[in-house]
This record gives sequence, structure tokens and C-alpha cells, in this order.
Amino acid sequence: MRLVKSTLCLLVACAALQGESILIRNATVLTVSKGTIEKGSVLVVDGKITAVGRNISAPAGATVIDGTGKFLSPGLIDCHSHTAVEGGVNEGSLSDTSMVNIRDVLDPLDINIYRALAGGLTVSNVLHGSANAIGGQTIVIKLRWGKRAKDLIFEGATPGIKFALGENPKRQGYPSDLFSGGQAAERRYPGTRLGVEDEIREDFTQAKIYQAKWKLYNEQVAKGEHPIPPRKDLRLEPLVEVLEGKRYVHAHSYRADEILALIRTADEMGFKIRTFQHVLEGYKVAKEIAAHGAGASTFSDWYGYKYEVIDATPYNAAIMTRKGVVVSLNSDSDELQRHLNWDAAKTIRYGGMTEDQALAMVTLNPAKQLGIDDKVGSIEVGKSGDLVLYDKHPLSNYSRVLKVWIDGTQYFDRDQDLKDRVQLAARKKELLDKEKAAEDAAKRQNGPGGRGSGGKPTGPPEKKPDTPNPGPPKPELKEAAR
Amino acid sequence: MRSKVFQNPPLLAASLCLAALTLSAAADDSVLIKNVTIHPVTSADIVNGSVLVVDGKITEIGIKVTAAKGIKVYDGKGLHLYPGLINAASNVGLSEISSIRDTVDLDEIGTFNPQLKAEVAFNPSSEHVPIVRAAGITTVLSLPGTGGNFRGEGAIISGQASLMHLSGWTWEEMALKRGVALDVTFPQIQMPSRQIQQFLGTPARTFADVERDYKLKLEQLSNFFEDARRYAKAKAAGGADFQPDPKFEAMLPVLEGKRALFVRAEKERAIKDAVEFADKEKIKIIIAEPRELGASAALLKQHAIPVVLGDTLSLPLKDDDAYDSQYTLPSQLQAAGVKFCFGTFDVEFARNVAFNAAAAAAFDLPPGEALKSVTINAAEIFGVADQVGSIEKGKLADLILTDGDPLEAKTSIKAMFIAGKAVSLESRHTRLNDLWSSRP
Repeated sequence: MRLVKSTLCLLVACAALQGESILIRNATVLTVSKGTIEKGSVLVVDGKITAVGRNISAPAGATVIDGTGKFLSPGLIDCHSHTAVEGGVNEGSLSDTSMVNIRDVLDPLDINIYRALAGGLTVSNVLHGSANAIGGQTIVIKLRWGKRAKDLIFEGATPGIKFALGENPKRQGYPSDLFSGGQAAERRYPGTRLGVEDEIREDFTQAKIYQAKWKLYNEQVAKGEHPIPPRKDLRLEPLVEVLEGKRYVHAHSYRADEILALIRTADEMGFKIRTFQHVLEGYKVAKEIAAHGAGASTFSDWYGYKYEVIDATPYNAAIMTRKGVVVSLNSDSDELQRHLNWDAAKTIRYGGMTEDQALAMVTLNPAKQLGIDDKVGSIEVGKSGDLVLYDKHPLSNYSRVLKVWIDGTQYFDRDQDLKDRVQLAARKKELLDKEKAAEDAAKRQNGPGGRGSGGKPTGPPEKKPDTPNPGPPKPELKEAAR
Repeated sequence: MRSKVFQNPPLLAASLCLAALTLSAAADDSVLIKNVTIHPVTSADIVNGSVLVVDGKITEIGIKVTAAKGIKVYDGKGLHLYPGLINAASNVGLSEISSIRDTVDLDEIGTFNPQLKAEVAFNPSSEHVPIVRAAGITTVLSLPGTGGNFRGEGAIISGQASLMHLSGWTWEEMALKRGVALDVTFPQIQMPSRQIQQFLGTPARTFADVERDYKLKLEQLSNFFEDARRYAKAKAAGGADFQPDPKFEAMLPVLEGKRALFVRAEKERAIKDAVEFADKEKIKIIIAEPRELGASAALLKQHAIPVVLGDTLSLPLKDDDAYDSQYTLPSQLQAAGVKFCFGTFDVEFARNVAFNAAAAAAFDLPPGEALKSVTINAAEIFGVADQVGSIEKGKLADLILTDGDPLEAKTSIKAMFIAGKAVSLESRHTRLNDLWSSRP
């Protein structure tokens, strides 16, 4: 009976989703790409935006949201995240770990997905850490909280690969006790920026040889010959995809010299850098970054935390923008990703960006960098219904996120969250009481001393009220990822 | 943005304050700031008002204010005048690059170091000073410790924190109030996460280990206070064999209630422990960087204990905490009637203290209270409200001119006065901007 009921519910829910339309009316609509519409409305049908403007009437059965006095922006996009990665973010064993893939370790129960949603984030570029010159394969996700890992993946988004330059990838060349647990760790090439530059060239030299072997093989097969196929190399395959433009390179970087060096290596080897990440000295080589066609995904105002950021300046984003680079602001943090809109406002103080330019840095520009700007990043007809409703202008530090939709489905609602808290608190208390009761029962059974005297609780083992993901306090461990 | 600043001739003069210093010292800290919207913080805003500063102090505030001949006039047409902001917990001046130990003078070796003074190692030439200033901050509390129990071997008393003005040639000139509080990390039961233990490569610690350490530390702290009291007694008795001891000398103002303990206490239980300890020892305390209040908010109100909050922009402590549990901490304190201000407890984000107050305002703290929490409240908590924290007659002229609310990131800080002297808003960051913007 119960099963039938829940199946029915599911069917109803699916039906609703199929033909669902939502009209958000009378809000200040910040389209990002086509200006601001006062008292504007946005209609989403079947997950896609079908109308944006002043006078839009609700189709029959549409959910109507009154946006009077409120602000609507596209869903925010973070081009550098480690959220939803199960366990550590670094596979630190080799200088090139291109065979590993974030897709394989996505954790849909990471509570930070929900927390980010509550701050208006809808899309994240999930990357490995920066321990290797060439790190693992990356994946773009939509923050569809409550869905399975495979349903988080952004359909059709080009996957990427993480590169890293500078202090982090060369650290294993001269490991300090902090990162090796006090034991003498094995040294690993490279230990200098010279070596990092070379490592990437060495890897792509191999990848090109590998690519040529397969090309020859395929040609021979096409001619009807029967050659022995080359040995499959899971490390080199993703690099061949990079050479063929099927996989984006996201390169962790700080200093101008290493940024320029990687651009030249890429030119020489015949591939493109899609984005430079962090890129705190990008302003020094903005011209070269723009000429290469790479994007820059930077921090709004981080500085002072390590030597290679000695020339960081919060004017970085504005200078690069003026010099023609597509710039986004990223979080690299489970915390910062919760308010990227507030971070964007800093580019107005530091560099005099316009409100549209500032907002674009956390919406349309990261969408461009990830090659998904045909689907998300602005409020336009034909794009996904990824929308955020705020009580005030999102560039105000006093603003608060009220509702968030992804593909027209509501994934966050502050009012609902407040209501749910009461239930959650009651459920938590219930579980704690049960646990306490079981402990007390065990004590009674075993006499004074209870558990401490070796007695076992007799009742069924109660699950502690743990939340789904007792994960690590990631920020403290992210040092290596910065 | 700086080029805009230089379009304003009076400010150009202000920016050249180094040159001006060699002229008349008396005239240098006197100025009439007119045509501004004044936000005194402690009283109602004044539109189109003027503030007269004579010899570094505010002497007149109002619509019609006249200045004596020869006093510089700053026409701030269209701008807003606020008191300089205060970051009530930082490591500014004592740490340059946090990951390079040679540049860091924090967390001295030893469990009890009440004699250490933060101001004596405050580097007036630190790049952070002008960077923090550029965000409208005129005063910081510099702490000698980080409360870092990262390896589980942190100090209990790290030393004396000092309030520092962000202008001056030497640390002596910069010190607004020395030895305002002892930086104390209150013992608490804190299980290091499995990940951190793996990261550090230390052997796994059980709850029993951690609880034993906690009790041992509490006992050490009590014993240290008992020793200090015996020392005070011996000193008062003035016996021939009395020997002075700098550690215990530094404890005398604490025992007399003249110097507060700045107690880092994260969890509800640690806060309760600290309040109980203060009660028992009859000393003044300030609770610092709490992350969980629970019933302790009412307790703090009852004991009139103020709080220095850390970053509002922090993750919830536990997975099942509400997503905004840290965002609403300030409004919870406000509702309980506890006085509080904000600090960042670091260097590299010290300039962003106002954004933590603003985030609290986004989550139910009244905006007026948010502004107070980075100005007058901090001054009151550290006993310098007669000098700074608001625009009032008789106070030092620590003032900022802005094009809007300084708690908004989009607002630009256009000019600054510290004790009446115009201070440059240039920094390494603006210089890099100027230099590299000009690259063809």
C-alpha cells in the first residue's frame, strides 16, 4: 500500500514537472546580457525561459511568484570549486594524474551543495587540487540538491582538466614536514617553475606521439589492413582530447611568468588554455591572455597568504576586463561560494566596474569560460530557468537570497527552509532521546557503570543523528588547493 | 579609481601629507570638512553639514560651522562622513605573509605569556597597514596570538593585545591604547577531525585524551592565577626577598580588573566555562570569536560580558546546523542584549571587517547596529569611546569620506583623516594598479 502511494506521488510529481511553468512577475530583472527590466517578468516553461519582459501573462496552471520589490538574477556560476568532492581533492602521487576524474568521486550528499544553493549558486566547475602540474579531469555540475551524483552533471558541458603552476605543484620537489606528516617524504619532479614548464611539455610530447600512433592505426584500419592497435594509455587519452579541443584546460596559476610560459607551451604544442584560475598576476599579462583567447577566473581580493601572491591586487579583475579578457570571480571555497554576488560588488570599489560588469563576473562570464553560455549565465529566452530571487539588489551586501530555481525547478526556498528547521530539530531530538533511552536501558540492565563497565546496550543499535556527510572541515585543508 | 581621487584638489593636498608634515605641525591636524552628510553613529545624521577639527580633535559639528583663518578647508560635496572603522581583532602589523614563518611574529613559545606586548613588534611599514586603511579602517586591535590549536599545542595566554591607529612613523606613535586585553585561548574539548590528524600525521587522539588535556589546561590556568595572586600579595607585603617577575607583573592589572581577558571561546560550553572562571576569579572578560551561543547569550547578558565576533561569513559548525547559523549569530546576540563588535582574527582579510557586519545585517541585524558594531561598540568594549568610534565633539578626528555606506563593498573610500591628519589611501595594491594599467 505504502509503495503504491509513493509511486503515485512520484508519478504526479513527474507529470507536474513535465508541463510545469513558472511566472515570476513584477521583479527588477537583472538579465546581465540585456540590461535591467524594472517591474519585469520571466516565464519558465519546461525548464527553459520562454519569455522575458514587462507584460507577460501566466499560462493556465502556471505557478505565479510575486516579485514585487524583489530582484531576479541568473543563477550564479562558480568556475572553481571543490564542493561535492568525496574525500581529498589532490591525487598527489604523480606530476601528471590526468587519468583520474572528479566525475567518479562526486558526492551528492555534500551539505555544502545546499548551503551554496542558499546563496544563489546553481553551477560549479568542480576541480582537483593543485598538487600536480597536470591534475585530474574536471566536471561541471548543476547544484541539483537531492538528486543522484550522475544527475548533478551539467548535460553537454565540455569536461576539463586541471593544470597547476607555481608553488603548489613544485612543493613535492621540496616537501616540508607539514605536508608529509613529519616524515621524510619522497621528492618528486618538478621542484621548480622550470620543471613545471618542462613537465607539461614532456607530457604533451608523449600525447602527440600517442595521438600519431592511433592516427596511423586508424588509417591502416580504414585501408583494410590489420595492424596491432597501440596500447591504450589512460593518462595520455585526456591530453589527446585537449589537443583535439574536446577537453578544456583550467590552469591554476599566480605569477605572470608562469602564465606566459604556459601560453607559449600551449602555442608550441597546439592546444588552448581555456581558463587561467586564480591568475592573481593576470593583470600583468592581460594582453597575452586575451590574445591567446583564455579566460581568467580570479579571486576578488585575496592576497598576502603565500609568497607567489605578493603582487596580488584587487584591481586585477578590472584591469584584465579593460584589456579584453573574459573575467570571472571564483570561490575555491565552500564558504565563499555562498555569496559570490557580494564578492562581485568589490570590483566596483576596486576598479570601477559597472553593475552589469560586476554581475557578469559571477554569471555570464564564467558561463562563457565553461562554454555553457548558450544555456545559462543570463536571463534570456531559450536559456535554462536557473534563477535567483533576492530581497534587495544582489550587489548590496544587505541582500538575501529568497528562492533559487534550476531548470525551472525550485531547489531553495528560504521560507520552506525556516519551516523545515522546526521539523528537523524535532527529529533530531527524537533520535537523541532514543539513543539516551537505549543507553539508560543498558545501564539498568548491566547495573551501575553501564557502557563504561563493558556492558552492551541491549536495544537495537540506534544510528547516531549524523547528517549524511560527516566530511572534513575542508577550508582548513584547502591550503594545498589554493 | 585613484585617478578620480586626484580630481579633487583638496584631497591631492591631503595625499601629499608626507610633504605637509615638514611644514607646520600645528596646522597639519586642523581642518574644516564641509558640505558632507555626517553620520555621527551616536546621534542623528546631518545632511549638508560641516565638521571642524582643531589640533586633531573634533571641536564643532553642525550646519553652520566657521573656521579660524588659515585652517584648511576640505569641500566634500556629495560625500558622506563616517567615523573611521575599527577591526576589533586582527594580526595586522605582526604577520606579513601568513604561510612564511619568518614574516610572522605570532604565537610565541610557552603556555603563559601575559608579559608579551603586541605593539612592540608592530611593523609600521607593513604593506597591510595602507591596504587595510584603504577600506576605511582607522584602528585595529592587534593580537599576539592566533588561538591556533591546529596541532593541539596552543598557548593559553598569548600576550597583550593593543589598539593601533593605522597612521604613524613608529609603533609608539601608532599605539592608541596599549595592553588593552590579554589574548587567551580558553581550554575547550575539541576533537581534532580524522582528516586533520591524517594531515598532521599525529597519532589518533581519543575523547579521553582530549578531555584529559582540557582538564589539565583548566587546572594550569587556575594555578597560574593563584600564583599571580600570591605574587600580588608578596609584592604588597614588600618583603626584603621579594623578586619582581615580568609575567606576574603583567597579571596585576588583570587581577585589579583593569585589564580584560580577551577569551577565545568557540562553543557554548567553553563560553560558560569562561564566564564561570571570570566569576570565580572576579576578573573582566571579553568573549572572542564564538561560533555557537545557545544558552550562553543570556548568560553573557546577565554578566554584562561583551563579545568580539569573528567572520559572519563562516560555514556552520555542524552539518545539520541551519545554513545561516553563522550569519544570524550577531542578531542572536543583539536580541539577547549583549554588546558586540567585529574582528577578522587575521591579516589578509582584515580590510573586510565591515562586510561581516553587513552580512549580519542581511540576516536580521538592524543596519544601524551593524554600523555601530564596527565603530562605537568596539571603542566602548576596549575603553576608548572617549577618543574614537563616533563623530562627537572632543573625540579624535578619525574620519572617512565615502560615496556611500562603508558597509557596502561597492562603496569607495575617498579620503581619510586619523587624529585630524589627512592620510594617504595609496597602497601596494593601488600602486600595482597604476603601474600595470599603464602597460601599453
